[in-house]
Amino acid sequence: MTDRGRQQGAVRKVGTGALVCLIVILMTAAGYAQPALKKIAFIPQWSPQAQFAGYYAAYEKGIYEKHGLDVKILRGGAHRPSSELLEKGEADIASIWLSTALQKRSNGVRLVNIAQVVQRSSLMLIAKKSRGIRRPEDLEGKKVGLWGDDFRIQPMAFFKKYKVTVKVVPQSYSVNLFLRDGVDAASAMWYNEYHRVLNSGINADELTSFFYSDYGLNFPEDGIYVMEETLKKDPAAACAFVNASLEGWRWAFDHPEEAINIILKYMIEANVPANKVHERWMLERMKDIIIPAGSDRAAVGVLKKEDYERVGKELKEGGLIGNVPGMDAFAFMCTGYVQK
Amino acid sequence: MCPAWTPSPSCVRDMFKNKGIAFKLVLFFTLSSAAIFAAIFSYNYLVSRGMIQKGIEENSANLITTTTSRIEVLLTSTQKVPQNAAYLLENTNYDEAELFKVIYAIVEKNPEIYGAAVAFEPYAFDKTKKYFAPYFYRNGEGISFKYLDRFYDYFQWDWYQIPRELEEPQWTEPYFGEGGGILMSSYAVPFYRVVDGTRKLTGVVVVDISLEELGKIVSSIRILKSGYGFLISKNGTFVTHPIKEHIMNETIFSIAEERKDPVLRETGRKMIRGETGYSASPVKSAVTGKSCIMTYVPIKSNGWSLGVLFPYDELMADITNLNHVVLALGITGLVLLALAVVFIARSITKPLTEMADIAGRIGTGDLEAQVPMVRTKDEVGRLALALDCMKTSLKDYIQEITDTTAARQRMESELKIARNIQMGILPKEFPPFPDRKDFDIHALTIPAREVGGDFYDFFLIDRDHLCIVVGDASGKGIPAALFMAFTKTLIKARASADIETGVLMSEVNDELSMGNPADMFITVFCAILNTVTGELRYTNGGHNPPVIIRGAGDISYLDGPGELVVGIMEGTQYTTRTLVLNPGDGLFLYTDGVTEAMNEGGEIFSTDRLKDVLATCAGGGVSEITTCVGEAVNGFCKDAPQYDDITMMALRYDGTDNENG
Repeated sequence: MTDRGRQQGAVRKVGTGALVCLIVILMTAAGYAQPALKKIAFIPQWSPQAQFAGYYAAYEKGIYEKHGLDVKILRGGAHRPSSELLEKGEADIASIWLSTALQKRSNGVRLVNIAQVVQRSSLMLIAKKSRGIRRPEDLEGKKVGLWGDDFRIQPMAFFKKYKVTVKVVPQSYSVNLFLRDGVDAASAMWYNEYHRVLNSGINADELTSFFYSDYGLNFPEDGIYVMEETLKKDPAAACAFVNASLEGWRWAFDHPEEAINIILKYMIEANVPANKVHERWMLERMKDIIIPAGSDRAAVGVLKKEDYERVGKELKEGGLIGNVPGMDAFAFMCTGYVQK
Repeated sequence: MCPAWTPSPSCVRDMFKNKGIAFKLVLFFTLSSAAIFAAIFSYNYLVSRGMIQKGIEENSANLITTTTSRIEVLLTSTQKVPQNAAYLLENTNYDEAELFKVIYAIVEKNPEIYGAAVAFEPYAFDKTKKYFAPYFYRNGEGISFKYLDRFYDYFQWDWYQIPRELEEPQWTEPYFGEGGGILMSSYAVPFYRVVDGTRKLTGVVVVDISLEELGKIVSSIRILKSGYGFLISKNGTFVTHPIKEHIMNETIFSIAEERKDPVLRETGRKMIRGETGYSASPVKSAVTGKSCIMTYVPIKSNGWSLGVLFPYDELMADITNLNHVVLALGITGLVLLALAVVFIARSITKPLTEMADIAGRIGTGDLEAQVPMVRTKDEVGRLALALDCMKTSLKDYIQEITDTTAARQRMESELKIARNIQMGILPKEFPPFPDRKDFDIHALTIPAREVGGDFYDFFLIDRDHLCIVVGDASGKGIPAALFMAFTKTLIKARASADIETGVLMSEVNDELSMGNPADMFITVFCAILNTVTGELRYTNGGHNPPVIIRGAGDISYLDGPGELVVGIMEGTQYTTRTLVLNPGDGLFLYTDGVTEAMNEGGEIFSTDRLKDVLATCAGGGVSEITTCVGEAVNGFCKDAPQYDDITMMALRYDGTDNENG
């Protein structure tokens, strides 16, 4: 689809959203005038998939409009890092990994975490049991596929922790090298590549899975970020976005099939392989990592101090940052703000 | 009556029991025929299904072999090109221009090849260049060129990385080519150079081919109406499929997950392992949703797998049609059979039902009921004949019984008359002579069921002479009654004050003997009492000896042997005996009905017992004596039937002194 087409689509959706709002207003017979919607451009880290189901659901179900926002979800992808778009001002709000954001902040980019959506790291290492890998120690001398940059922080700390030396093979976007035994172990996101491997005919019991979060290396991932300047200018809009997005997530978890259909629609539009079963898996796993077992559903989106400090410590030890920035400046509690 | 809502087994059995023969026959024949038919039908179905399946397997084997060999030809011919190039690059020296010529020629000379590149390891071609990968590719009618640069970063792509790591040529997973939506796959061959004595990877030769041709080959597979073939890659991803959305988006495993079909997943695993076989369970067609038999064979060149689905119902269409006809014929046959059975059963049960009704009517006595005509000579015919015969016999028998009963009734009424005669001629008023104080007399007879021959009589011949008689005629019934009556009349006619009882008896004997062809006889005790003197003259013609009850309490049987019974022999002379009764003395006369009365144990009353009884009741009046003995006999016999008349007579002489004094 061309850019113009996308814009037209967006305009049409805004129109529909406005109509919905109008109807809502008429139905509730609210006596005051609806203020103009605030325009916000949001960039996810990647192309459409259930990893962002909450945002697309909030958009499709008119939740952003309800919160007074006119949100435009930009197309993410490998060559459009969300943090760069945020930094350049092409996007007002971005979904960024905590570790990425911390490095940026440490490097002087004044971005602020306004919500920590994903609480549990879904990054993992998978290996075929047939290759004799069952414990972290078994990785010694093995060929391990690793993604670049931020995806290497946890694995490196992990290898260090278990004192193993591995042969790192740069990992592409596919898991084919692993499937064809070109590497002994490969990186995977629990909600994505892990399921792709299962759906390439490998059974779960044939795999050894190392979740970094199980080895003291839980790096909370996707969070919502805004530039400090933007936040100061209109904290209400930023927090409205956070609240609407979290509401979108809750809606998606309550209506998984509908949410999956929304995602699939965007995937087809973006011309990326769309597989319902895979998106269903991804949405279920997103629920697992956004609301980890035992946590309070109402407390979704809060960056925990211990998580922040753990990530900061590991980054510093890895030499990726000089000093850990203060959490007060880095994180802004929207829930508190709204309550005021 | 069975409650309809609780069909217990016994209830069902009862229900069945209550049904008619016709119902049972129809049920039995229809069910057993249906069972036989079902067995034949199933066998036929299974055998013919097996035959068709076998035929299909043979045909499909040909089709699949042809298809896979066409794919193999396509792939292997493509494989040769980069293999040759790699060989060339390993064994010759070349500069950039020569390299370009080779790559260009690959694209130009091989229409099936979309693009070709030789990608080098970092700094392997040019010590200053990390990325060096000239790429020629088709662009419309012409051939374009570009370097795959750092932005593309080919080191991380499967086509480069996988053959590099595995150190062997590889077909990549299918992918959509840049720009167009053309599905492609690349074949990449690593090539090496010996540097300082070690064989070192230099780069990868890669060619891209469009999978369109391959798609055409697979989509040309048409099995019956809706059967189809599909191709999956090494990862199970659909490369070709009649449903376009499945291609690249779905894997056989995601379909298995969606369908929650672990067997399909296992089949997929076998397919990507390069096995050949049939799916262990039916696979649903993604197009029609129909149940299909799935077979799969590997494409050896690239490790992909070809699956072919045979729609089960279409395979079985002919046999299904045949089976429908057979089934229809079978059901029609069953219906006709049932009708025939109903007809036959009716022809049997209709006369049976009628006969049952008739038998019922006969049972209630309606012998005029008409037994239905049955022309057949079978069991039913015989039953009808037997019933008719039975009816006639019953009718005759009942007629006979009616006649017999009438005769018997007549006879009984005659017997009644005879008894009336017998009883009528016996004096019955007691006391018979109320004005006489010098003697008293009382008699009693208890008749048996049949008329017996007992009799008694007493009469005054003149003022001073009383005649008393007790007798027992032989036999029973009217002859005995008449004989007895005759005897009584004769005695009464001939008795006179001065006659000797022996003479009287002889005269009576002569009279009776004369007209007695039946040789009947009678025992008679006859006595004449002179009421003035108390003298008793008597003759005993074969009768039981009477008992003398002396006023002093002495009781004894009258001595002297009994003489011949009366009426049997003419001219018999009887003797007259004499006895004097003192005032207060009595006489007790009786027939053998008393002494021979029998109880249930077969014991007789006997003369001794009679004597004992008289001893206890002799003190009373005459009527008390007879009553007393009668009760004693009754008490002795209890419920035993009375076979003979019981006759008793008691006489007491009080003497004339009383009258005078």
